[in-house]
Amino acid sequence: MTVLCRISGLSVVYAGQPAPALDAVDLDILAGERLAIIGESGSGKSTLARAIAGLLPSGARVTGEMEWSAGHPPHPGRELGFVFQDPSSSLNPVLTIGEQVAEGARQHLGLPWAAAYAQAQKILEKVHFPQPEKALRAFPHQLSGGQRQRVAIAAALAAKPSFLIADEATSALDMVVQAEIVALLGDLVKEADMTLLFITHDIALASGFADRIAIFKDGRLVEAGPTLAVLSSPREIYTQTLIASHRDLSTSPLIKEPAS
Amino acid sequence: MTLLSIENLSKHFSSGGRDIAALKDVSLTIADGKTLGLAGASGSGKSTLARILMRLIPPDAGTVRFEDEDWLTLSGSELRRRRAKIQMVFQDVLGAFNPRATVASVLGDPLRIHAIVPKAERPKEIVALLDRVGLPASYVARSIREVSGGQRQRIAIARAIATRPSLIVFDEAVSALDVSIRGKILELLVELQEERGIAYLFVSHDLAVLRAVSHRIAVMDAGRLIESGPADQVIENPQSQAARALIAAVPRLVIKPTRDSVHDT
Repeated sequence: MTVLCRISGLSVVYAGQPAPALDAVDLDILAGERLAIIGESGSGKSTLARAIAGLLPSGARVTGEMEWSAGHPPHPGRELGFVFQDPSSSLNPVLTIGEQVAEGARQHLGLPWAAAYAQAQKILEKVHFPQPEKALRAFPHQLSGGQRQRVAIAAALAAKPSFLIADEATSALDMVVQAEIVALLGDLVKEADMTLLFITHDIALASGFADRIAIFKDGRLVEAGPTLAVLSSPREIYTQTLIASHRDLSTSPLIKEPAS
Repeated sequence: MTLLSIENLSKHFSSGGRDIAALKDVSLTIADGKTLGLAGASGSGKSTLARILMRLIPPDAGTVRFEDEDWLTLSGSELRRRRAKIQMVFQDVLGAFNPRATVASVLGDPLRIHAIVPKAERPKEIVALLDRVGLPASYVARSIREVSGGQRQRIAIARAIATRPSLIVFDEAVSALDVSIRGKILELLVELQEERGIAYLFVSHDLAVLRAVSHRIAVMDAGRLIESGPADQVIENPQSQAARALIAAVPRLVIKPTRDSVHDT
């Protein structure tokens, strides 16, 4: 696999903050891989996503390097799609779903509105949106949280980017919808041969579908490597702690008696 | 033994000409000192049920008996007095506190309003509550905004136990916390229950959390209670499609190579 982006010594300090949000991070993003960035609150995982996407606020001080194989950072919206955590604030409340999904194709691919709308409908079908032809005329407030996130994914994919960043894209959703959206993202990137940067606090969620994982804590990269290698033989104590704190249905209950 | 019994509770909301049945004929019971985990996807009616129980909204039909009283007909000073017995912990704790509150006022208010301890003993009781949830006495003077999310959730738990309730309703109370903190909060809740015999209604869409703390689990879907039983039985042998979907959705930590990992399609 070729390197899409080589990150070296990347540090980010937000204006007015004494401590760096990201501290001397070295990480390669490989073309076509599904890379999960895992960390708890304050780990710097969202700062990394924003630095890569060029979305840091203007006051932030960035040092270090990001070398792109293309020679320049990906064009936001065109070559890079971004899905945020909260679809109700990333969608425009006064534009229809059709307008928002078609805009990417119109703006970046130069399609006329009619063709962009037709394309939007196709993408909505692809993200398994129920009745896409009706959805084109709907407004975000008429949709459920899971449907809004499907729209946000459709909008991010409208210009057929080769690189998709999903920043906690499923954590505002309930578990059932989360599982559907994660499966959808996995299918979409596989089908279109996209690179996916999947930011999450949930190590188990990442373990199910990432090729590689990178674990962050307090702005630093703790360790990175192929998913199974890191999870089956974690080198760092923090990774071991994260694995040990994971709780699923096979974890023994905390209550003493199993049933009343 | 039965602390709370809900019978045939229904509630609908109408908005923009649409009529939504949030609860349809829901019946359930909670035993003294035990935890009922209430599972369901978004929009299944779990929060509506919790709100009716808190007397925040009235139901359209149905009855609630709590400590052998008709809970829904209590009113005025009688209701205010009895409210001490059912407390609630919310997901968005910051939104649930007055933003200008200090830790001392958050814990002092319920002690004063419900006259739990004489005024002179309040500072001591506040410190004891903080200590019980694992926070130092020095926190009393802090603003509620100055503490971390996990600490704030501990303060919310201290506020809930301050009135010596017999039931606490947790509405997605640990969903927003980091996993390492979440585990410690769940352990604290189980300890408090064993020590004080408080019953819990634990509302969550995360079955892994409910499995950790619940004696019984009830599953809601589209306003109906469709399945309930001892926690291990519901998890191991789910009877409804909704329960099976919730179980399948819990992410498994894939440590060994596997062909049937949940999200690998």
